[in-house]
Amino acid sequence: MSLVVENITKRFSDFAALNDVSFEAQPGEFLALLGPSGSGKTTLLRLLAGLDRPDTGRIDFDGLDYLTLSARDRRVGMVFQSYALFRHMTVAQNIAFGLNVRASKDRPSKAEIQATVQRLLKLIQLEDLGKRYPSQLSGGQRQRVALARALAINPRILLLDEPFGALDALVRKDLRRWLRRIHDETGVTTLFVTHDQEEALDLADRVVVLKDGQIEQIGKPLELYRHPQSAFVFDFLGTSNQVPASLSDGVADFGGFSAPVVSPKALSGAQTVRFRPFDTHLLREGPGFEAKVLSLLPAGANLRLELQSPTGQVFETQHAHDSEASDLCLNDTVYLRPSKVYAF
Amino acid sequence: MRARAPEKPKTPAAFLLMALAAVWMALVIVLPLVNVLAEAFKQGVQPYLSAIVQPDALSAIRLTLTVAAIAVPLNAVFGIAAAWCVTRFDFAGKGLLLSVLDLPFTISPVISGMVWVLLFGAHGWFASVLEASNIKIIYALPGLVIATILVTLPFVARELIPLMQDQGTDEEIAAVTLGASGWDVFFRVTLPNIKWALTYGVLLCTARAMGEFGAVSVVSGHIRGLTNTLPLHIEVLYNEYDSVGAFGAATLLAGLALVTLVLKTLLEWRFGDELAANRRH
Repeated sequence: MSLVVENITKRFSDFAALNDVSFEAQPGEFLALLGPSGSGKTTLLRLLAGLDRPDTGRIDFDGLDYLTLSARDRRVGMVFQSYALFRHMTVAQNIAFGLNVRASKDRPSKAEIQATVQRLLKLIQLEDLGKRYPSQLSGGQRQRVALARALAINPRILLLDEPFGALDALVRKDLRRWLRRIHDETGVTTLFVTHDQEEALDLADRVVVLKDGQIEQIGKPLELYRHPQSAFVFDFLGTSNQVPASLSDGVADFGGFSAPVVSPKALSGAQTVRFRPFDTHLLREGPGFEAKVLSLLPAGANLRLELQSPTGQVFETQHAHDSEASDLCLNDTVYLRPSKVYAF
Repeated sequence: MRARAPEKPKTPAAFLLMALAAVWMALVIVLPLVNVLAEAFKQGVQPYLSAIVQPDALSAIRLTLTVAAIAVPLNAVFGIAAAWCVTRFDFAGKGLLLSVLDLPFTISPVISGMVWVLLFGAHGWFASVLEASNIKIIYALPGLVIATILVTLPFVARELIPLMQDQGTDEEIAAVTLGASGWDVFFRVTLPNIKWALTYGVLLCTARAMGEFGAVSVVSGHIRGLTNTLPLHIEVLYNEYDSVGAFGAATLLAGLALVTLVLKTLLEWRFGDELAANRRH
């Protein structure tokens, strides 16, 4: 059962929210739609749910033409950033809603609904809270209920719109792991909208990077990270330092020192190249980019440095705690050499 | 966001202001109310009772209740529909609709009555049609009802719009994606979410519908026992120097007002968060 999205375009008056977007999701795949705000990811989700119609294009699910189905008939489980739980219903009633509104011939018996609710409450680890109202739950608990409610209709696809956006960092990380586990248990094809690259890379089987209504790149997290196809993807996935260089034969020459180039195309001549904070060496002597140490801060397993060149450019670098960088003090002069650069 | 709770008054100036407010309230609200009771019972309980059970009074009560029973449900339905449109859809003329909705609050009730006379009266635009088909609107129940509807039009909608705006559409969208029909969405999600605000709006609407004087006075024709609502009945008796009758009937209206007040206060106390009145800061 795969989802096929083909040549989808959606305009709002004269603004193209989505422009010729095509991708596929394999059965049971966990796909992240990653992009900054205004990139069209939420619009795409609404089109998939049937809350909006595309101007052109095709959305198929397992041979079913989704565009001929109303939102009501698509059987798409949707989870919102705002949770959107029914405030006047208990947790159990919320979860049972999708089953209770079915036409009587398709509706499971009371006992079956009851059993489904119990099974889902167990799945989201809120077995004792079925009689509570949404207002009596924490944000993380509410989002779990929202997920259970979406799963209750046995959805063909699960759509999550920034589901952890309103939660604090710790709960978020916890729920992320938990969501992945639920996905692996249920095997529902899942699309997940986020602007948080860490979340996308951490959770998804594949990531669709969107920019200005167009797909920049689709790939597995590692693939995306190791072989970004554009400067946008590189910059969006992490901290990026930029310097001018002269390229030839896959080597960037900085005048006196050089570094190997990773690039989707064969480039030569004067180019701006980019490098990650951890693809750097700091040396006491040149050649290298001369810079002063502006700040030294711990960043988890690493030491994070901010360096300023004499021209005022600020570099960010990361090093192991026991590396050469650990001996540095504020205002020390160092020479920075990238060990690997990216060019687009 | 709820505003910070006010402090208890501490300074003499604060006490003075409070005292002033209390005296003013006593003068303009309590005193007249007491006066109504005093006048009504001036000649004792027996004349009072006979004043309020005389046929004209009973017919006025019946008419007032009938008008309210027709006007209020219609306005409740209209209010829900208007609030739904305004909060769920974007359309050209939305601002205009909102302004027009407030018109009955801002124009004099006399005008609200007059427009119907101009339309449906003996010399009105539709006079010939109505005469030909033998339908009476002005000086009859339909006139009273439409005049009352116009005057009480905004109450329910105005109560619902801020709440529905606040609650947003996510719950309804969620319900649709879960397979609910439009009917299910309305009765299982929308209506339960607005029920207390709706009750509150209906209550205010009812109070106004039963107390309305100006607009109703224009279209009524003051036919005793036939087109006199309770407020009009009171005026007639008062003009005839029947003060026991007038004030006796007035106690009924005042009683209705007090019941409304109690219910309103109960609603505000119990479901304050869901009512527009408490969220217009």
